[in-house]
Amino acid sequence: MTTTTPATLLQAWLRRQLPGEAADWLEGQAATLTDAQTDRGFFLAISLVHRRIGKADLNLLAADIGAAEAARAGWRPAGWSLDQAARIFLLLVVGGTPARFAERLEQLFVTADVGELIAFYRGLPLYPEQPRYIERAAEGVRTNMKAVFEAVAHNNPYPVEQFSEHRWNQMLVKALFIGSTLHPIEGIERRWNPDLTRMLCDYAHERWAAGRPVSYELWRGVGPYADSAAVADLTRVLDIGGPVERQAAALALASSSNAEAAAALNRDPALAAAVRAGDISWDALAAKHLSPS
Amino acid sequence: MTYIDPHIHMLARTTADYEAMAAAGIVAIVEPAFWIGQPRTAVGAYIDYLSTLVGWERFRAAQFGIRHYCSIGLNSKEANNERLAEEVMEILPRFLLKEGVVAVGEIGYDEQTPAEDKYFRAQLELAKELDMLVQIHTPHRDKKRGTLRSMEVCLEHKLPPDRVIVDHNNEETVEDVLSRGFWTAFTIYPRTKMGNERMVEIVRQYGSDQIFINSSADWGVSDPLAVPKTAQLMRERGIADGHIKNVTYDNALKAFAAGGQMKESDWLSPPAIDQRTLFEGNSVLRGGQEPRIDGKRSAKEKMLIE
Repeated sequence: MTTTTPATLLQAWLRRQLPGEAADWLEGQAATLTDAQTDRGFFLAISLVHRRIGKADLNLLAADIGAAEAARAGWRPAGWSLDQAARIFLLLVVGGTPARFAERLEQLFVTADVGELIAFYRGLPLYPEQPRYIERAAEGVRTNMKAVFEAVAHNNPYPVEQFSEHRWNQMLVKALFIGSTLHPIEGIERRWNPDLTRMLCDYAHERWAAGRPVSYELWRGVGPYADSAAVADLTRVLDIGGPVERQAAALALASSSNAEAAAALNRDPALAAAVRAGDISWDALAAKHLSPS
Repeated sequence: MTYIDPHIHMLARTTADYEAMAAAGIVAIVEPAFWIGQPRTAVGAYIDYLSTLVGWERFRAAQFGIRHYCSIGLNSKEANNERLAEEVMEILPRFLLKEGVVAVGEIGYDEQTPAEDKYFRAQLELAKELDMLVQIHTPHRDKKRGTLRSMEVCLEHKLPPDRVIVDHNNEETVEDVLSRGFWTAFTIYPRTKMGNERMVEIVRQYGSDQIFINSSADWGVSDPLAVPKTAQLMRERGIADGHIKNVTYDNALKAFAAGGQMKESDWLSPPAIDQRTLFEGNSVLRGGQEPRIDGKRSAKEKMLIE
């Protein structure tokens, strides 16, 4: 087999699932628009996708997930829909030189509907010359539309690869702030930092002061760089939190190299043992307590 | 009862309106692009406005379990600013095929100037090219002539009457519009358009074929509950349920569904992927709640802001 690119994978998946007529239309657009000089046809084709292709889930097999990873490390198309796959396919095939690609994609972003925004942001890891899209991705994080935010933040390797620590931290805190989740953020274990730990603890204190619940996921980012104050917060959760929060606090304490953390964890020998035995993990908590998005 | 308000400018309304609308049983709305009170001076303002209709406002409505659709067009007032109008015509094709765009609209005449005529016709051609419905704003002044002219021009451009919604009708225009086979919409809007007692009499006289009502609520003194309130009034005044359903739900659905962008399943049984990404509602039948139009809340609820 010759080199498999994300575009050829998308084309094959779409061809496999779509009625022949729809797949023909899509490939026909890709062929005619490649050399087209005007943007009008390109813009119309991108917008027409939802009418021609529909919005059903893109059906992927286990092998497809592996092929995606091989074609672009960190690319997770599970959960994409047909219209998203088709739009990204068109972009990748018709997009032109990296500069032209970036210019036209920005024009598409400026007049995008909600479905298009989600598609274009999910496509971020596939665009040529990746650093060109940092500002655009940051704009996606700035939105208050949760689904658009998650198109950047979740199951997308772009932020962990391209975001500065400041942008990264903003994204994580915002995820909690808008009621989204941390678990689907790629590379999350690689980017904890003391500033983020402080921001998360401050946020937890704000929520406590307002009498509002705190997502158990917040504590995941507090463990690795916990100072004494953070350990005190985790200890409080361990003492008075609900069952899920207490498991989260135990996991967070276990991930800390702070000596006070080890002592705090031993306040609850049963939980400490469960963490050591691997009976409790962030993955297991997420599978049980986070709804898929 | 569930209702559709097929003409309302939610950009100018509050979340309290959305809550009251949802509670009153409104499940879907159409927001036609119009002028925003203040004349726009640059195409950029237009781009952002249209983007808001297909983006943010759609999302905002979905949070309240209301399906938001829109029509996209250059309105008649701003057609008179020809420099702006030319630039807007350039960007319209980029919006017309967006998801949830049900028609080219609201377009038509305001003062019936040559510029208005030019851009009305250009947009009818665009509707034909893209196989879209048309939502027509009929003028406040010289209304009868403006309404007749709007329909003549549509026919001249070979648009089938059943793909054109003629809006803001009154007692003076209703017969001409019905007899030509166009969808005949009435706006229940205090003072300047129809009052709902008059609307009851229209339905009593003409029945409910081709007829539906809307609020056109916007930034003026208007009522986003005009559709459910009028339904209530019709019930109290002895109009048959079938007629009420036709003018407050079925006909609007039939008219706009013809464009392929609105279907009842959008709100009755939204696809899972859509619920994950956008729409917070599920079924209008959820909980079997009685819709209410008085927006009554307990004193405690009214006072607390949590």
